[in-house]
Amino acid sequence: MVKARHGSGGIQVPDRKEISGHVPIEEAGIPSELTLYLSQHIGAPSKSLVNVGDQVKRGQKIAEAQGVVSAGLHAPTSGKVKAIEARYQPALGRMVEAIVIEPDGEHVLYEDVVPVGSDLGGISKEKIQEVTREAGLVGLGGAAFPTAVKLAPPPGKTIDTYLLNGVECEPYLTADQRLMEEFAGDVVFGFRALMKAAGVDKGIICIEDNKPEAIRAMEQAAAPYSELDVAVLSHRYPRGGEKQLIETVLGREVPPPPGLPLDVGVIVSNVGTAHALATALKTGLPLVERVVSVTGEGVAKPANLKALIGTPVSYLIEIAGGFVSRPGKVILGGPMMGVSVPNTDVSIVKGTSGVLVFPAEDVRTEPVQPCIRCGMCVEACPMRLLPVWMAAYAENGFMEDAEKMRVMDCCECGACSYVCPAKRPLTQSIRLAKAHIAAKRRAARTN
Amino acid sequence: MVSAIVSLGLSGLAIGVLLAVAAQKFKVETDPRVDEIISVLPGANCGGCGFPGCAALAEAILEGKAPVHACVVGGNGVAEKIAGIMGVAADAVEPSVAVVYCQGNCHNAVATAEYDGVTECSALNALGGTKKCSYSCLGLGSCVKACVFDAIVMGEDGIPVVDRDKCTGCGACARACPRGIIDMVPVSKKVHILCRSYDKGPVTRKNCKTGCIACQACVRACPQKTISMDRGTLAKIDYENCDNCGICVTKCPVKTIRSYDKKDEVAAS
Repeated sequence: MVKARHGSGGIQVPDRKEISGHVPIEEAGIPSELTLYLSQHIGAPSKSLVNVGDQVKRGQKIAEAQGVVSAGLHAPTSGKVKAIEARYQPALGRMVEAIVIEPDGEHVLYEDVVPVGSDLGGISKEKIQEVTREAGLVGLGGAAFPTAVKLAPPPGKTIDTYLLNGVECEPYLTADQRLMEEFAGDVVFGFRALMKAAGVDKGIICIEDNKPEAIRAMEQAAAPYSELDVAVLSHRYPRGGEKQLIETVLGREVPPPPGLPLDVGVIVSNVGTAHALATALKTGLPLVERVVSVTGEGVAKPANLKALIGTPVSYLIEIAGGFVSRPGKVILGGPMMGVSVPNTDVSIVKGTSGVLVFPAEDVRTEPVQPCIRCGMCVEACPMRLLPVWMAAYAENGFMEDAEKMRVMDCCECGACSYVCPAKRPLTQSIRLAKAHIAAKRRAARTN
Repeated sequence: MVSAIVSLGLSGLAIGVLLAVAAQKFKVETDPRVDEIISVLPGANCGGCGFPGCAALAEAILEGKAPVHACVVGGNGVAEKIAGIMGVAADAVEPSVAVVYCQGNCHNAVATAEYDGVTECSALNALGGTKKCSYSCLGLGSCVKACVFDAIVMGEDGIPVVDRDKCTGCGACARACPRGIIDMVPVSKKVHILCRSYDKGPVTRKNCKTGCIACQACVRACPQKTISMDRGTLAKIDYENCDNCGICVTKCPVKTIRSYDKKDEVAAS
């Protein structure tokens, strides 16, 4: 058992896991159309390998990674490529190129999808790294950072600990919880594969104490392996943020950007990622599906669905019994960091952990009032920043000053907006400043 | 008492002499014309010239980095005065006004969502906007805020309206628009194709009642042959040859093209 610390900042939020936490994972089935955005991970967009009219099969690579930080895409089911066109990508908030597949319903597996092996002793470190890259694996916690890049730290960096993130600190979401409860063995297998690929011999599985069933299942599955340990953490948001997790579990502080976890000798991966790697090794199937919690007070039958990547949000809501009443807000991801979508025609991406539906009567917007300098946002900030000033600078267009306040270190957890008694949209203002500064830096690099 | 007066007086005198010498020795030579030019510039510091304020423009004109008619706000009157100071001839330049190339207001454009949050167009743009058309006006009025001349106001239907008499053509609104749907156009040009959607015709037709559907009726009708299709999906006027005949206005089936000649017609849109 690992003794955890309190960690800096953070807030208490109602976790609302009871809505979908007890519902077993179900297959969502095959929708009538799949939209696979070529940009759905951090890094360069992938490059399409198919043409309109091509027949594809389940697990067939349809887009390849471009550059080092990038990830490929695979067809989640068999069917025909209907179109390759610009579609609205909800996580990015803009139009990106996407491969649209019309499933034929046959669900035919691609010939090259063959198991690699289910005994880790017989699979080399290099083979696991290759599978990770070829399967288009990205961090399934939400940020969608290509996993293969994490497993190959630059020379000179030694990694001593691998953390498996099963914290799921965002309210409502239960996808990771269900995975740990139902597929504990696969998660542990995938985690050990990740550790082997990264050459790390100490692994800690981190879970919040509001998921006792998951803790029990994981402790049981990890018991035979002496290199694995389970850390039980108190429920606090944003405990599951990579940097916050490292601070809480190991007491190490990740330096501000461009500092990375590997600078303090740590790699963090999500339980979903471990499960996806286990699937890729045991069955050969690349990352073509993931568990998505469809929950919130606005859906009739909250569910945890194993959905094909590219499934339309409207289809998932339908499977979950449809809307209870007039929907007010549909959010992809958690309520704190997720993005609300302008319509339900958009499709889920590899990083989509949940589809939350809130009825119109629950979505209240209170009038924004002037800042009273109470400092609650400063206390809540897990990165020890000053949201009050960063947001004020951003709102008034002083982007250089916001940059000096280290606005780029903000992890956009939304704790400041949550606690603000004046209901100021702090996180959104900060995001605005970040986008502005990022654009400026990009322009400076290209010139 | 006496010693205090004497010592303070002497040290004051010594410091005074030192300052006088320093002022002479480290004197910064400034061109007297800088102040003269600043005095004729409007002094709004709007940045329409591309320099940070009127003083910066004055220096730039002196150094030859900017032409004498660089102040778009002052127009030809100011340009002549500056030319007088600089001792050169000023070419007459036609003033420009801002044109908002979108009619996707609450009646015309199909809305997809409601937005509440930071009232800054760039913030909404990052989320994709609230209309189906991804090229449309976001309607939060960042352009209105950017205008220091009160020449652009948010219309009741959610599309900004330019007061062509007040507008000085400084371009601050155009720079504030994250979707780039405001342009500066010479004031004598009255006919405009008010759409910036590069969506294909059928898509645009679904998104907005007044979007350019790329039917090319205007291209065929234009006697000056000055309208062409940009990327095959959006009609654009080459203003140089446009003589405001307005034939395209009558041909456009979706009323994308408008003429500012008859003021009431635009107001009715």
